[in-house]
Amino acid sequence: MQVKIGFEIHQQLATKKLFCSCPGELTDAEPDARVVRRLRPTQSELGEIDRAALDEFIKKKYYEYEVNNSHACLVELDEEPPHEPTEKAVDSAIEIALLLKAPVVDEIHFMRKLVIDGSNTSGFQRTAIIAFDGYIDTSQGKVRIPIICLEEEAARKIKQEGNRVVYRLDRLGIPLVEITTAPDIKTPGQAIEAAKKIGDILRSTGKVKRGIGTIRQDINISIEGGARVEIKGVQDLDSIPWIIKNEIERQKLLLDVKEEIENRVRKDKIKLKIHNLTDIFRKSNSGIIKKALGNRGRILGMRLQGFSGLLIGRLGPELAGYARVKAGVSGIFHSDELPAYGIEAEEVDEVRRNLSLSEEDAFVIVAERYAKARKALEAVHERALLAFDGIPEETRMVLKNSSSKYMRPLPGAARMYPETDIPPVVISPDKLLWTESNLPELIEHKAKRLEVDYKLNSALAEQLARSEYSELFEKVVAGNKKFAGFAASVLLSTLKELRREGFSVAAIPEEKIEEVLIAAERGELAREAVVEVLKFLCEKPESRIETVRESLGLKGFDEDDLRELIKDILKEKEDFIREHGKAAEKPLMGVVMKQVRGKADGKLINRILREELLKFPGE
Amino acid sequence: MYRGKIKHILGDIAEGDRVKVIKEGKVYNGILMPRSELGDSRHVVIKLENGYNIGFNIDNIKIELISVREKKKKEEKVEEEYSRENRPYVSILGTGGTIASKIDYVSGAVHPAFSTSEIVNAIPELEDIASLKTEIVFNILSENMTPEHWRTIAREVAKAMNKSSGVVVAHGTDTIAYTASAIAFMLSDIPKPVVLVGSQRSSDRPSSDASLNLISAVRVALSDIAEVVAVMHAGSSDEGCAIQRATKVRKMHSSRRDAFKSIDSLPIGEVRGDKITTFQEYNMRSEGEVKLDDRLETDVALLKIYPGFPEQLFDYYIENFRGIVIEGTGLGHVPENLISKLEEARNKDMPVVMTSQTIFGRVNMKVYSTGRKLLKAGVISGRDMLPEVALVKLMVALGRFKEYGEVRSFMERNIAGEVSERSLYNTFF
Ligand SMILES: [Zn+2]
Repeated sequence: MQVKIGFEIHQQLATKKLFCSCPGELTDAEPDARVVRRLRPTQSELGEIDRAALDEFIKKKYYEYEVNNSHACLVELDEEPPHEPTEKAVDSAIEIALLLKAPVVDEIHFMRKLVIDGSNTSGFQRTAIIAFDGYIDTSQGKVRIPIICLEEEAARKIKQEGNRVVYRLDRLGIPLVEITTAPDIKTPGQAIEAAKKIGDILRSTGKVKRGIGTIRQDINISIEGGARVEIKGVQDLDSIPWIIKNEIERQKLLLDVKEEIENRVRKDKIKLKIHNLTDIFRKSNSGIIKKALGNRGRILGMRLQGFSGLLIGRLGPELAGYARVKAGVSGIFHSDELPAYGIEAEEVDEVRRNLSLSEEDAFVIVAERYAKARKALEAVHERALLAFDGIPEETRMVLKNSSSKYMRPLPGAARMYPETDIPPVVISPDKLLWTESNLPELIEHKAKRLEVDYKLNSALAEQLARSEYSELFEKVVAGNKKFAGFAASVLLSTLKELRREGFSVAAIPEEKIEEVLIAAERGELAREAVVEVLKFLCEKPESRIETVRESLGLKGFDEDDLRELIKDILKEKEDFIREHGKAAEKPLMGVVMKQVRGKADGKLINRILREELLKFPGE
Repeated sequence: MYRGKIKHILGDIAEGDRVKVIKEGKVYNGILMPRSELGDSRHVVIKLENGYNIGFNIDNIKIELISVREKKKKEEKVEEEYSRENRPYVSILGTGGTIASKIDYVSGAVHPAFSTSEIVNAIPELEDIASLKTEIVFNILSENMTPEHWRTIAREVAKAMNKSSGVVVAHGTDTIAYTASAIAFMLSDIPKPVVLVGSQRSSDRPSSDASLNLISAVRVALSDIAEVVAVMHAGSSDEGCAIQRATKVRKMHSSRRDAFKSIDSLPIGEVRGDKITTFQEYNMRSEGEVKLDDRLETDVALLKIYPGFPEQLFDYYIENFRGIVIEGTGLGHVPENLISKLEEARNKDMPVVMTSQTIFGRVNMKVYSTGRKLLKAGVISGRDMLPEVALVKLMVALGRFKEYGEVRSFMERNIAGEVSERSLYNTFF
């Protein structure tokens, strides 16, 4: 069976915001102000009002924006026109386009793409095409990249309570590069390879943000005979093959359902007739039912002609998804899964009798307040009808177990019109030429080079090439390649562990880390002490290394001191040494290390210990 | 508009035509777009089928016509009515600005949209509030308004008032306060609300303030506030609009929704949802007939004083104008060397009115010696009048009166709420 997979990748750029000078960072500080807005549907070219927008508006939805003065200004508040696009962001986007072998446009025009969910204060997202027709190569063939855009990030959703949606403006306006691939990917394996490759290319520039939420992948999947389904919220690459497998499985099941139901019943037989079944459940033992009834709820139900056996594990979750999203209920019960959840067989029989069901028919019941339950069954009916079409085009949200849940129908073509507040940006041939001749080394090339140049194993080299410290690494070990192993382990594992333990590694400037490593390389700082020094710097990142050593009591033991100390220890352990001879070295090393406690380098200690042991018993 | 070389290359191809662009062997289909005023003269703009625009350097491409633009039928409707049973009439007069505009989604250009059906279509809530009559008086940017336009608007407002329960004037925001005070001075015995309204974000965007402002304006037009007022966002949130007296309101921010503030005065009130709350006294709706006196003398100047202000500038103004409003420093001062010039003006019976560039606070020329010298030189105190309001008022005064004494007395009296006796502590500042 043919499968078509494509990606839409959104990557934040590491510059200030795209249309103002606010920092492109998030903040958890208390907001300084809150502003409440509504977004009104606007007329289209034909004088019609956008239906989706009208829907939101009629729901009387309103948006509350949290303003932190440090992270948002009047531009984000839609109270001041956008400033000119940030040049660094445009340049980074061009660099990325060139790395993806996509020819850059002569002149960039920002557009307004209508977005009415409140995530943009203006009601539109500003977006521009930067380049066309790029591609990457994978081991299973070329994956085309028809379009690369530069756009502004949306506001950060904080919460939604009823009609009120709260957003924070810190994220709004951070520059994003959007990379859309053609549906050229055919297998889950190729998908992960393509995603990794694009991710590596993005990180090769050193101009993209790193960390959770700074890159988002949406996966588009369709199987033969199906329709396009978009899956959002993919966080880690390793889950991609699983997400794809699960989605293919889901789509196959839905095609099966379509075939079966078409054999059983005509679409127009599926009627929306809602029955009040509350009386049947008056004495029910089901916790959910009891709770609903206690809450002045009703038990409403409907017949699904011909659907028996098609719900469990197949259409059931889809019906429930629609009911949850469209009516806000927590779930539904369907006949394929009953009796269960405290609902008894007699009650099921009673429902079947009441709805006059045949063997082939299924039913769905909802326990909720009347209006909500009704709405839920309407949604169930809507989805049941779609079963005759097979796979509806929709947007889904990925779940922890790599399956997904229904979010909304796939949006139609976005309405777009020119952003007249921003002048077009001409990309000069000079700039293109310069960028093209200064493209960064790609991560895969860098990994190979590190492996060879510094004699690292390939996994470590790759990890290093992908990390944000690869430049720092090369600077530190430039004069002493033997130091490469230690430097790599500090940069890759030590810092990671510290982060995991809750130390704010991000607070240490890169130059400080460099200083620490250079001190260790020169033997001025014991390798064993590097962790302690880094921990100290997490607290007081501006401290001088000299000061840190003093504060930690790491000063003292130069070579002479050490030699004296070792001599003393050897004298003390004279008998032991006589008894064990050469084998005494290892235990003695332990004794010395214990006394020195990281105040001297292990290698140095070992050298002196050996020298002194050879002399022993000297005098 | 494409010019020069590009125009030559394009030949018969016109904006809106479907074209094929060939660049480095690749073909791009789309629509030829108009060139932005901000753009250079080396690129053509094409709207691609995916909705995006991009610019092509004319030297890098070949461009061919696929098909000419489909011409849309143009409907020109100037005056229209929308009536609904039991709903009183509100007249909406269009004068320009973004408040009632429509976007051309292709070019991004904003055009006026002022037929009633267009307004009701865009803001259906209006149907539930009032029956509407709309009329386009003219369509100009507010920075291009002239005193002659004020007179036209005042006349149209007076006419519309006889046909409806209240009048709304949609206006560009830059000079809304000038027009509002001109109407306030030209009309007297106003029996019904006259509401000026504008918007700071054009109505093509979902976040536009136009709809809330217009809905609120129509509500105020049906209220019992029989004055000339401006109705615009009270805060940055879409929570309500302030109702502000024409002669006290001033645009205090270049871009915020809540740019309009009442100076040295509280707003008359505010509209929140369908509720109007008032904060101070106002003229009540009445049965009488409005009086119009639209005479104006436009040879009046507004001068802002600054350190080192060149004396000879005054010679020019005294020579060529009939009245001067000064935006003095602080309590109402000018450098001492200018005082002799002001005496000269007084000797020619030319009224000179002092206001303050502090905007907030009252002129008082009795406190310091310079002030006292100014009073002696015959300078008229503008008291707590805004400089722009004093300018409009002096135009009206000189239009109506020949005698210096009459002009002076008109300027010193409160005519339309522009002068108040008390300076309150709890005003916006
Ligand atoms: Zn900003």
